Amino acid sequence: MYALLAWTWVRAAAQYPVSLGLMVVATAAITGLDALAIVLLFAHAESIAGFRAEEVLFLYGTSALSFALSDCVLGTADRLGEHVRNGTLDAMLVRPVSPLVQVATEEFTPRRVGKLVPAALVLAFALPRLEADWTPGRAAMIPLMVAAGTAIFAGLWVMVGAAQFFLVESHGATKAITYGGAFLTQYPPTMFARDLVRGATFVVPLAFVNWQPALYVLDRPDPLGLPDAARFASPAVALAVCAAAALAWRAGLRRYRSTGS
Amino acid sequence: MGVLPWVCLYGYRRHTAYPLASVAEAVTNTVFGFIRAYVLLALWDARPGLGGYDAADAVTFCFLTQALIGPVQIFGGMELSRRIRDGDVAIDLHRPVGLQAWWLADDLGRAAAALLLRGGPPLLAGALVFPFRWPGPAASAAFAVSLVLAFLVGFALRYLVALGAFWLHDDRGLSTVATVMSLFFSGMILPLVVFPGAFGDVAAALPWSALVQVPADVWLGRGAGADVAAALAFQAGWAALLLACGALLTRAARRKLVVHGG
Repeated sequence: MYALLAWTWVRAAAQYPVSLGLMVVATAAITGLDALAIVLLFAHAESIAGFRAEEVLFLYGTSALSFALSDCVLGTADRLGEHVRNGTLDAMLVRPVSPLVQVATEEFTPRRVGKLVPAALVLAFALPRLEADWTPGRAAMIPLMVAAGTAIFAGLWVMVGAAQFFLVESHGATKAITYGGAFLTQYPPTMFARDLVRGATFVVPLAFVNWQPALYVLDRPDPLGLPDAARFASPAVALAVCAAAALAWRAGLRRYRSTGS
Repeated sequence: MGVLPWVCLYGYRRHTAYPLASVAEAVTNTVFGFIRAYVLLALWDARPGLGGYDAADAVTFCFLTQALIGPVQIFGGMELSRRIRDGDVAIDLHRPVGLQAWWLADDLGRAAAALLLRGGPPLLAGALVFPFRWPGPAASAAFAVSLVLAFLVGFALRYLVALGAFWLHDDRGLSTVATVMSLFFSGMILPLVVFPGAFGDVAAALPWSALVQVPADVWLGRGAGADVAAALAFQAGWAALLLACGALLTRAARRKLVVHGG
Protein backbone atom coordinates (compact mmCIF):
# COMPACT_ATOMS: atom_id res chain seq x y z
CA MET A 1 0.00 0.00 0.00
CA TYR A 2 2.88 2.31 0.88
CA ALA A 3 4.48 1.64 -2.50
CA LEU A 4 1.23 2.27 -4.37
CA LEU A 5 0.63 5.64 -2.71
CA ALA A 6 4.28 6.64 -3.16
CA TRP A 7 4.10 5.75 -6.86
CA THR A 8 0.98 7.89 -7.24
CA TRP A 9 2.85 10.90 -5.84
CA VAL A 10 5.83 10.23 -8.10
CA ARG A 11 3.56 10.27 -11.14
CA ALA A 12 2.00 13.51 -9.96
CA ALA A 13 5.43 15.13 -9.63
CA ALA A 14 6.46 13.83 -13.07
CA GLN A 15 3.80 16.10 -14.60
CA TYR A 16 6.34 18.91 -14.28
CA PRO A 17 9.51 17.28 -15.64
CA VAL A 18 11.77 20.36 -15.63
CA SER A 19 10.83 21.17 -12.09
CA LEU A 20 11.26 17.56 -11.01
CA GLY A 21 14.71 17.31 -12.57
CA LEU A 22 15.87 20.51 -10.94
CA MET A 23 14.43 19.39 -7.63
CA VAL A 24 16.30 16.06 -7.58
CA VAL A 25 19.61 17.69 -8.50
CA ALA A 26 19.18 20.56 -6.06
CA THR A 27 18.11 18.31 -3.20
CA ALA A 28 21.21 16.22 -3.76
CA ALA A 29 23.23 19.43 -3.76
CA ILE A 30 21.74 20.63 -0.47
CA THR A 31 22.73 17.37 1.22
CA GLY A 32 26.13 17.59 -0.46
CA LEU A 33 26.72 21.12 0.88
CA ASP A 34 27.34 19.73 4.35
CA ALA A 35 30.05 17.45 2.96
CA LEU A 36 31.54 20.37 1.07
CA ALA A 37 31.60 22.34 4.33
CA ILE A 38 33.60 19.53 5.93
CA VAL A 39 36.06 19.54 3.02
CA LEU A 40 36.43 23.33 3.32
CA LEU A 41 36.99 23.06 7.07
CA PHE A 42 39.77 20.56 6.58
CA ALA A 43 41.32 22.65 3.80
CA HIS A 44 42.46 24.89 6.66
CA ALA A 45 43.58 22.33 9.22
CA GLU A 46 44.95 18.81 8.99
CA SER A 47 43.14 17.69 12.08
CA ILE A 48 40.24 19.25 13.97
CA ALA A 49 39.36 18.13 17.51
CA GLY A 50 41.59 15.08 17.02
CA PHE A 51 39.93 13.88 13.83
CA ARG A 52 41.11 13.89 10.25
CA ALA A 53 39.04 14.67 7.14
CA GLU A 54 38.33 11.09 6.08
CA GLU A 55 37.16 10.15 9.56
CA VAL A 56 34.72 13.06 9.69
CA LEU A 57 33.57 12.27 6.15
CA PHE A 58 32.96 8.69 7.32
CA LEU A 59 30.77 10.04 10.13
CA TYR A 60 29.03 12.32 7.62
CA GLY A 61 28.46 9.44 5.21
CA THR A 62 26.92 7.10 7.77
CA SER A 63 24.82 9.84 9.37
CA ALA A 64 23.61 11.36 6.11
CA LEU A 65 22.84 7.95 4.59
CA SER A 66 20.82 6.88 7.63
CA PHE A 67 19.01 10.19 7.74
CA ALA A 68 18.29 10.22 4.00
CA LEU A 69 16.91 6.65 4.12
CA SER A 70 14.64 7.47 7.05
CA ASP A 71 13.63 10.77 5.46
CA CYS A 72 12.77 8.91 2.26
CA VAL A 73 10.40 6.61 4.05
CA LEU A 74 8.95 8.71 6.88
CA GLY A 75 10.23 12.28 6.52
CA THR A 76 6.82 13.89 5.97
CA ALA A 77 5.48 12.43 9.22
CA ASP A 78 6.42 15.70 10.88
CA ARG A 79 3.85 17.49 8.70
CA LEU A 80 1.09 15.95 10.77
CA GLY A 81 0.40 19.25 12.55
CA GLU A 82 -0.58 20.85 9.23
CA HIS A 83 -3.15 18.11 8.66
CA VAL A 84 -4.51 18.53 12.15
CA ARG A 85 -4.83 22.28 11.68
CA ASN A 86 -6.37 22.08 8.22
CA GLY A 87 -8.70 19.27 9.22
CA THR A 88 -7.41 17.01 6.44
CA LEU A 89 -6.46 14.37 8.99
CA ASP A 90 -10.15 13.58 9.42
CA ALA A 91 -10.34 12.60 5.75
CA MET A 92 -7.33 10.32 6.21
CA LEU A 93 -8.90 8.60 9.19
CA VAL A 94 -11.92 7.39 7.20
CA ARG A 95 -9.73 5.83 4.52
CA PRO A 96 -8.80 2.17 4.91
CA VAL A 97 -5.06 2.88 5.15
CA SER A 98 -3.07 3.80 8.22
CA PRO A 99 -2.86 7.60 8.55
CA LEU A 100 0.87 7.23 9.17
CA VAL A 101 1.31 5.64 5.75
CA GLN A 102 -0.81 8.36 4.14
CA VAL A 103 1.14 11.17 5.78
CA ALA A 104 4.48 9.52 5.06
CA THR A 105 3.82 8.95 1.36
CA GLU A 106 2.51 12.44 0.85
CA GLU A 107 4.35 14.21 -1.95
CA PHE A 108 6.68 11.26 -2.22
CA THR A 109 8.84 12.52 -5.03
CA PRO A 110 12.16 11.27 -6.38
CA ARG A 111 13.63 14.36 -4.72
CA ARG A 112 13.77 12.37 -1.52
CA VAL A 113 15.95 9.83 -3.31
CA GLY A 114 18.19 12.71 -4.35
CA LYS A 115 19.39 12.97 -0.77
CA LEU A 116 20.77 9.43 -0.88
CA VAL A 117 23.22 10.11 -3.69
CA PRO A 118 25.77 12.44 -2.03
CA ALA A 119 25.57 10.49 1.22
CA ALA A 120 26.35 7.18 -0.50
CA LEU A 121 29.08 8.74 -2.65
CA VAL A 122 30.84 10.32 0.34
CA LEU A 123 30.65 7.08 2.31
CA ALA A 124 32.11 5.17 -0.64
CA PHE A 125 34.86 7.79 -0.85
CA ALA A 126 35.69 7.76 2.87
CA LEU A 127 35.61 4.00 3.61
CA PRO A 128 38.72 2.88 1.68
CA ARG A 129 40.65 5.87 3.06
CA LEU A 130 40.06 5.02 6.70
CA GLU A 131 43.04 3.70 8.59
CA ALA A 132 40.98 0.96 10.17
CA ASP A 133 41.99 -2.61 10.87
CA TRP A 134 39.37 -4.28 8.64
CA THR A 135 38.29 -7.44 10.44
CA PRO A 136 35.07 -9.15 9.27
CA GLY A 137 33.35 -7.74 12.36
CA ARG A 138 34.30 -4.17 11.48
CA ALA A 139 33.20 -4.60 7.87
CA ALA A 140 29.88 -6.03 9.00
CA MET A 141 29.42 -3.10 11.35
CA ILE A 142 29.06 -0.63 8.43
CA PRO A 143 25.75 -1.89 7.02
CA LEU A 144 24.55 -2.68 10.54
CA MET A 145 25.18 0.87 11.76
CA VAL A 146 23.46 2.39 8.72
CA ALA A 147 20.44 0.15 9.30
CA ALA A 148 20.31 0.93 13.02
CA GLY A 149 20.81 4.64 12.35
CA THR A 150 17.98 4.61 9.83
CA ALA A 151 15.71 2.93 12.37
CA ILE A 152 16.63 5.46 15.07
CA PHE A 153 15.93 8.41 12.78
CA ALA A 154 12.71 6.76 11.57
CA GLY A 155 11.59 6.44 15.18
CA LEU A 156 12.42 10.10 15.76
CA TRP A 157 10.36 11.18 12.72
CA VAL A 158 7.33 9.30 14.02
CA MET A 159 7.85 10.62 17.55
CA VAL A 160 8.02 14.26 16.46
CA GLY A 161 4.96 13.60 14.29
CA ALA A 162 3.15 12.13 17.28
CA ALA A 163 4.13 15.15 19.38
CA GLN A 164 2.01 17.25 17.03
CA PHE A 165 -1.12 15.45 18.18
CA PHE A 166 -0.46 17.09 21.54
CA LEU A 167 1.08 20.39 20.47
CA VAL A 168 0.12 21.35 16.92
CA GLU A 169 2.71 24.14 16.68
CA SER A 170 5.66 22.05 17.85
CA HIS A 171 6.86 21.35 14.31
CA GLY A 172 9.29 24.28 14.25
CA ALA A 173 11.00 23.21 17.46
CA THR A 174 11.19 19.47 16.80
CA LYS A 175 13.20 20.15 13.67
CA ALA A 176 16.01 20.73 16.14
CA ILE A 177 15.82 17.02 16.98
CA THR A 178 15.45 15.59 13.48
CA TYR A 179 17.45 17.92 11.23
CA GLY A 180 19.56 19.09 14.15
CA GLY A 181 20.30 15.47 15.06
CA ALA A 182 21.27 14.69 11.48
CA PHE A 183 23.63 17.65 11.48
CA LEU A 184 25.09 16.93 14.90
CA THR A 185 25.97 13.33 14.04
CA GLN A 186 28.01 14.46 11.03
CA TYR A 187 30.73 15.67 13.36
CA PRO A 188 32.70 13.87 16.06
CA PRO A 189 31.28 14.66 19.52
CA THR A 190 34.79 15.59 20.65
CA MET A 191 34.04 18.97 19.06
CA PHE A 192 31.12 19.65 21.36
CA ALA A 193 30.70 20.46 25.01
CA ARG A 194 30.40 17.46 27.29
CA ASP A 195 26.82 18.16 28.35
CA LEU A 196 25.71 18.33 24.75
CA VAL A 197 27.32 14.93 24.13
CA ARG A 198 25.65 13.48 27.22
CA GLY A 199 22.30 14.82 26.01
CA ALA A 200 22.89 13.32 22.57
CA THR A 201 23.75 9.97 24.13
CA PHE A 202 21.23 9.48 26.88
CA VAL A 203 18.26 11.82 26.17
CA VAL A 204 17.99 11.63 22.38
CA PRO A 205 20.13 8.57 21.58
CA LEU A 206 21.87 10.16 18.61
CA ALA A 207 25.27 8.84 19.61
CA PHE A 208 24.07 5.36 18.64
CA VAL A 209 23.31 6.43 15.06
CA ASN A 210 26.97 6.38 14.11
CA TRP A 211 29.30 7.56 16.87
CA GLN A 212 29.40 4.50 19.11
CA PRO A 213 29.67 2.02 16.19
CA ALA A 214 32.28 4.30 14.59
CA LEU A 215 34.38 4.09 17.75
CA TYR A 216 34.45 0.35 17.20
CA VAL A 217 35.31 0.64 13.50
CA LEU A 218 38.06 3.22 14.16
CA ASP A 219 39.17 1.49 17.36
CA ARG A 220 39.23 4.63 19.46
CA PRO A 221 38.60 5.18 23.18
CA ASP A 222 35.26 6.70 24.18
CA PRO A 223 35.65 10.25 25.55
CA LEU A 224 32.63 9.67 27.82
CA GLY A 225 34.15 6.40 29.08
CA LEU A 226 31.11 4.21 28.33
CA PRO A 227 31.70 0.45 28.45
CA ASP A 228 32.70 -1.28 25.21
CA ALA A 229 29.31 -2.95 25.03
CA ALA A 230 27.81 0.45 24.14
CA ARG A 231 29.53 0.18 20.78
CA PHE A 232 27.32 -2.74 19.86
CA ALA A 233 24.15 -1.40 21.42
CA SER A 234 22.86 0.46 18.36
CA PRO A 235 20.39 -2.23 17.15
CA ALA A 236 18.92 -2.55 20.65
CA VAL A 237 18.64 1.23 20.98
CA ALA A 238 17.00 1.38 17.54
CA LEU A 239 14.42 -1.21 18.62
CA ALA A 240 13.68 0.73 21.80
CA VAL A 241 13.29 4.03 19.91
CA CYS A 242 10.96 2.44 17.36
CA ALA A 243 8.87 0.84 20.10
CA ALA A 244 8.58 4.14 21.95
CA ALA A 245 7.63 5.87 18.68
CA ALA A 246 4.90 3.31 17.98
CA LEU A 247 3.47 3.79 21.49
CA ALA A 248 3.61 7.59 21.14
CA TRP A 249 1.88 7.49 17.77
CA ARG A 250 -0.91 5.25 19.07
CA ALA A 251 -1.37 7.40 22.16
CA GLY A 252 -1.56 10.51 19.98
CA LEU A 253 -4.05 8.98 17.58
CA ARG A 254 -6.27 7.83 20.45
CA ARG A 255 -6.22 11.28 21.93
CA TYR A 256 -7.07 13.02 18.67
CA ARG A 257 -10.53 14.61 18.79
CA SER A 258 -10.50 16.59 15.53
CA THR A 259 -10.57 20.38 15.42
CA GLY A 260 -13.53 22.64 16.08
CA SER A 261 -15.97 24.46 13.81
CA MET B 1 1.37 54.72 -2.90
CA GLY B 2 -1.13 55.09 -0.07
CA VAL B 3 -2.08 51.43 0.09
CA LEU B 4 1.40 49.95 0.40
CA PRO B 5 2.06 50.83 4.08
CA TRP B 6 -1.19 49.04 4.89
CA VAL B 7 -0.11 45.96 2.92
CA CYS B 8 3.10 46.02 4.91
CA LEU B 9 1.24 46.36 8.21
CA TYR B 10 -1.15 43.52 7.38
CA GLY B 11 1.79 41.37 6.31
CA TYR B 12 3.33 42.05 9.70
CA ARG B 13 0.11 41.22 11.54
CA ARG B 14 -0.42 38.02 9.55
CA HIS B 15 3.05 36.80 10.45
CA THR B 16 2.80 37.71 14.12
CA ALA B 17 -0.58 35.96 14.45
CA TYR B 18 0.99 32.64 15.53
CA PRO B 19 3.87 33.71 17.77
CA LEU B 20 4.26 30.22 19.26
CA ALA B 21 5.14 28.72 15.87
CA SER B 22 7.77 31.42 15.33
CA VAL B 23 9.25 30.91 18.77
CA ALA B 24 9.44 27.17 18.02
CA GLU B 25 11.42 27.99 14.88
CA ALA B 26 13.68 30.23 16.95
CA VAL B 27 14.39 27.27 19.25
CA THR B 28 15.60 25.24 16.27
CA ASN B 29 17.68 28.17 15.01
CA THR B 30 19.29 28.41 18.45
CA VAL B 31 20.09 24.70 18.61
CA PHE B 32 21.67 24.84 15.16
CA GLY B 33 23.57 27.93 16.28
CA PHE B 34 25.09 25.95 19.14
CA ILE B 35 26.11 23.00 16.96
CA ARG B 36 27.63 25.25 14.29
CA ALA B 37 29.34 27.42 16.90
CA TYR B 38 31.14 24.38 18.36
CA VAL B 39 32.25 23.30 14.89
CA LEU B 40 33.59 26.79 14.13
CA LEU B 41 35.29 27.00 17.52
CA ALA B 42 37.06 23.71 16.81
CA LEU B 43 38.29 25.12 13.49
CA TRP B 44 39.41 28.43 15.01
CA ASP B 45 41.09 26.47 17.78
CA ALA B 46 43.20 24.75 15.12
CA ARG B 47 43.65 27.93 13.05
CA PRO B 48 43.39 31.08 15.21
CA GLY B 49 42.80 34.28 13.25
CA LEU B 50 41.58 32.46 10.12
CA GLY B 51 40.13 34.86 7.53
CA GLY B 52 40.74 37.83 9.82
CA TYR B 53 38.14 36.59 12.33
CA ASP B 54 38.98 35.65 15.90
CA ALA B 55 36.99 32.98 17.75
CA ALA B 56 34.50 35.52 19.15
CA ASP B 57 33.89 36.91 15.66
CA ALA B 58 33.27 33.42 14.29
CA VAL B 59 30.79 32.56 17.04
CA THR B 60 28.99 35.90 16.70
CA PHE B 61 28.82 35.34 12.95
CA CYS B 62 27.33 31.92 13.47
CA PHE B 63 24.52 33.12 15.75
CA LEU B 64 23.85 36.11 13.46
CA THR B 65 23.30 33.74 10.54
CA GLN B 66 20.83 31.75 12.64
CA ALA B 67 19.04 34.94 13.72
CA LEU B 68 18.77 36.05 10.08
CA ILE B 69 17.46 32.76 8.62
CA GLY B 70 13.87 33.81 9.30
CA PRO B 71 14.04 37.54 8.42
CA VAL B 72 15.89 37.18 5.10
CA GLN B 73 14.25 33.78 4.50
CA ILE B 74 17.37 31.92 3.42
CA PHE B 75 15.41 28.76 2.65
CA GLY B 76 13.37 30.65 0.05
CA GLY B 77 9.72 30.52 -0.82
CA MET B 78 7.02 33.13 -1.27
CA GLU B 79 3.27 32.82 -1.20
CA LEU B 80 3.18 34.45 -4.62
CA SER B 81 4.40 31.26 -6.33
CA ARG B 82 1.39 29.31 -5.09
CA ARG B 83 -0.89 32.09 -6.33
CA ILE B 84 0.74 31.93 -9.75
CA ARG B 85 0.28 28.17 -9.87
CA ASP B 86 -3.40 28.18 -8.98
CA GLY B 87 -4.26 31.36 -10.88
CA ASP B 88 -5.01 33.68 -7.95
CA VAL B 89 -2.29 35.93 -9.33
CA ALA B 90 -4.89 37.26 -11.77
CA ILE B 91 -6.47 39.04 -8.79
CA ASP B 92 -3.08 40.46 -7.78
CA LEU B 93 -2.54 41.78 -11.29
CA HIS B 94 -5.84 43.67 -11.11
CA ARG B 95 -4.73 45.65 -8.09
CA PRO B 96 -4.08 49.36 -8.56
CA VAL B 97 -0.42 48.92 -7.51
CA GLY B 98 2.34 47.00 -9.25
CA LEU B 99 2.74 43.29 -8.52
CA GLN B 100 6.32 43.68 -7.32
CA ALA B 101 5.58 46.68 -5.07
CA TRP B 102 2.61 44.89 -3.49
CA TRP B 103 4.60 41.79 -2.66
CA LEU B 104 7.61 43.78 -1.53
CA ALA B 105 5.45 45.63 0.97
CA ASP B 106 3.93 42.36 2.17
CA ASP B 107 7.38 40.77 2.44
CA LEU B 108 8.86 43.65 4.42
CA GLY B 109 6.02 43.19 6.92
CA ARG B 110 6.87 39.52 7.13
CA ALA B 111 10.56 40.27 7.58
CA ALA B 112 9.85 42.71 10.42
CA ALA B 113 7.68 40.10 12.15
CA ALA B 114 10.35 37.42 11.73
CA LEU B 115 13.04 39.75 13.05
CA LEU B 116 10.95 40.53 16.11
CA LEU B 117 10.05 36.92 16.92
CA ARG B 118 13.04 34.94 15.62
CA GLY B 119 15.96 37.35 15.67
CA GLY B 120 16.45 37.75 19.40
CA PRO B 121 16.59 34.24 20.90
CA PRO B 122 19.62 32.89 18.97
CA LEU B 123 21.62 36.06 19.62
CA LEU B 124 20.81 36.17 23.33
CA ALA B 125 21.52 32.47 23.84
CA GLY B 126 24.79 32.77 21.94
CA ALA B 127 25.84 35.84 23.92
CA LEU B 128 25.12 34.10 27.23
CA VAL B 129 27.15 30.96 26.52
CA PHE B 130 29.98 31.98 24.21
CA PRO B 131 32.41 34.88 23.83
CA PHE B 132 30.32 37.32 21.83
CA ARG B 133 30.76 40.66 20.08
CA TRP B 134 28.06 43.32 20.30
CA PRO B 135 28.29 46.24 17.87
CA GLY B 136 29.00 49.81 19.00
CA PRO B 137 26.51 52.62 18.29
CA ALA B 138 27.96 53.45 14.85
CA ALA B 139 28.09 49.80 13.82
CA SER B 140 24.53 49.30 15.09
CA ALA B 141 23.23 52.12 12.93
CA ALA B 142 25.10 50.79 9.90
CA PHE B 143 23.80 47.28 10.67
CA ALA B 144 20.20 48.54 10.69
CA VAL B 145 20.65 50.00 7.21
CA SER B 146 22.47 46.88 6.05
CA LEU B 147 19.63 44.71 7.37
CA VAL B 148 16.98 46.60 5.40
CA LEU B 149 19.11 46.27 2.26
CA ALA B 150 19.49 42.54 2.97
CA PHE B 151 15.68 42.28 3.16
CA LEU B 152 15.42 44.01 -0.23
CA VAL B 153 17.99 41.72 -1.88
CA GLY B 154 16.40 38.65 -0.28
CA PHE B 155 12.97 39.67 -1.52
CA ALA B 156 14.21 40.49 -5.02
CA LEU B 157 15.89 37.08 -5.39
CA ARG B 158 12.85 35.17 -4.16
CA TYR B 159 10.53 37.27 -6.31
CA LEU B 160 12.49 36.37 -9.45
CA VAL B 161 12.27 32.69 -8.50
CA ALA B 162 8.53 32.97 -7.85
CA LEU B 163 7.98 34.57 -11.26
CA GLY B 164 9.67 31.52 -12.78
CA ALA B 165 6.40 29.73 -12.06
CA PHE B 166 4.80 31.72 -14.92
CA TRP B 167 6.96 29.74 -17.33
CA LEU B 168 7.59 26.44 -15.51
CA HIS B 169 4.12 26.20 -13.88
CA ASP B 170 5.76 24.65 -10.86
CA ASP B 171 8.29 26.64 -8.92
CA ARG B 172 9.56 23.91 -6.57
CA GLY B 173 12.53 22.84 -8.68
CA LEU B 174 13.73 26.36 -9.30
CA SER B 175 13.18 27.32 -5.70
CA THR B 176 15.22 24.34 -4.45
CA VAL B 177 18.09 25.38 -6.73
CA ALA B 178 17.80 28.92 -5.36
CA THR B 179 17.96 27.53 -1.82
CA VAL B 180 21.25 25.77 -2.61
CA MET B 181 22.72 29.03 -3.86
CA SER B 182 21.50 31.14 -0.97
CA LEU B 183 22.49 28.59 1.68
CA PHE B 184 26.01 28.29 0.40
CA PHE B 185 26.87 31.73 -0.98
CA SER B 186 25.26 33.77 1.79
CA GLY B 187 27.66 32.44 4.41
CA MET B 188 25.01 30.28 6.12
CA ILE B 189 26.97 27.02 5.87
CA LEU B 190 30.38 28.56 6.49
CA PRO B 191 31.50 32.20 6.66
CA LEU B 192 32.65 33.31 3.21
CA VAL B 193 35.99 34.38 4.72
CA VAL B 194 36.82 30.66 5.05
CA PHE B 195 36.39 30.03 1.31
CA PRO B 196 39.81 29.68 -0.28
CA GLY B 197 41.36 32.10 -2.79
CA ALA B 198 39.57 33.15 -5.96
CA PHE B 199 36.53 31.04 -5.05
CA GLY B 200 36.09 33.20 -1.97
CA ASP B 201 36.42 36.41 -4.01
CA VAL B 202 33.75 35.26 -6.47
CA ALA B 203 31.45 34.19 -3.62
CA ALA B 204 31.84 37.58 -1.96
CA ALA B 205 30.83 39.40 -5.17
CA LEU B 206 27.60 37.41 -5.72
CA PRO B 207 24.28 38.87 -4.55
CA TRP B 208 23.77 36.19 -1.90
CA SER B 209 26.64 37.54 0.18
CA ALA B 210 24.48 40.66 0.67
CA LEU B 211 22.05 38.51 2.64
CA VAL B 212 24.19 37.40 5.58
CA GLN B 213 27.93 37.89 5.08
CA VAL B 214 27.82 41.66 4.49
CA PRO B 215 25.41 42.51 7.34
CA ALA B 216 27.46 40.28 9.65
CA ASP B 217 30.69 42.04 8.70
CA VAL B 218 28.99 45.38 9.37
CA TRP B 219 27.84 44.08 12.78
CA LEU B 220 31.37 42.89 13.59
CA GLY B 221 32.70 46.36 12.70
CA ARG B 222 35.18 45.05 10.14
CA GLY B 223 36.91 47.90 8.34
CA ALA B 224 36.75 51.67 8.68
CA GLY B 225 33.96 54.05 7.65
CA ALA B 226 34.78 53.88 3.95
CA ASP B 227 34.63 50.06 3.98
CA VAL B 228 31.22 50.16 5.63
CA ALA B 229 29.98 52.63 3.03
CA ALA B 230 31.31 50.38 0.28
CA ALA B 231 29.56 47.37 1.84
CA LEU B 232 26.25 49.21 1.99
CA ALA B 233 26.70 50.44 -1.59
CA PHE B 234 27.37 46.85 -2.67
CA GLN B 235 24.09 45.74 -1.11
CA ALA B 236 22.18 48.72 -2.52
CA GLY B 237 23.61 48.06 -5.99
CA TRP B 238 22.44 44.45 -6.01
CA ALA B 239 19.05 45.43 -4.59
CA ALA B 240 18.52 48.02 -7.34
CA LEU B 241 19.70 45.67 -10.09
CA LEU B 242 17.61 42.71 -8.94
CA LEU B 243 14.49 44.79 -8.37
CA ALA B 244 14.90 46.23 -11.88
CA CYS B 245 15.13 42.67 -13.25
CA GLY B 246 12.01 41.87 -11.28
CA ALA B 247 10.17 44.79 -12.88
CA LEU B 248 11.22 43.69 -16.39
CA LEU B 249 10.26 40.08 -15.72
CA THR B 250 6.90 41.19 -14.33
CA ARG B 251 6.17 42.96 -17.63
CA ALA B 252 7.14 39.85 -19.59
CA ALA B 253 4.97 37.70 -17.33
CA ARG B 254 1.98 40.00 -17.87
CA ARG B 255 2.21 39.34 -21.59
CA LYS B 256 2.69 35.62 -21.04
CA LEU B 257 -0.14 35.00 -18.59
CA VAL B 258 -3.41 33.53 -19.84
CA VAL B 259 -5.96 33.00 -17.09
CA HIS B 260 -8.54 30.34 -17.74
CA GLY B 261 -11.83 31.39 -16.24
CA GLY B 262 -14.64 29.21 -15.05
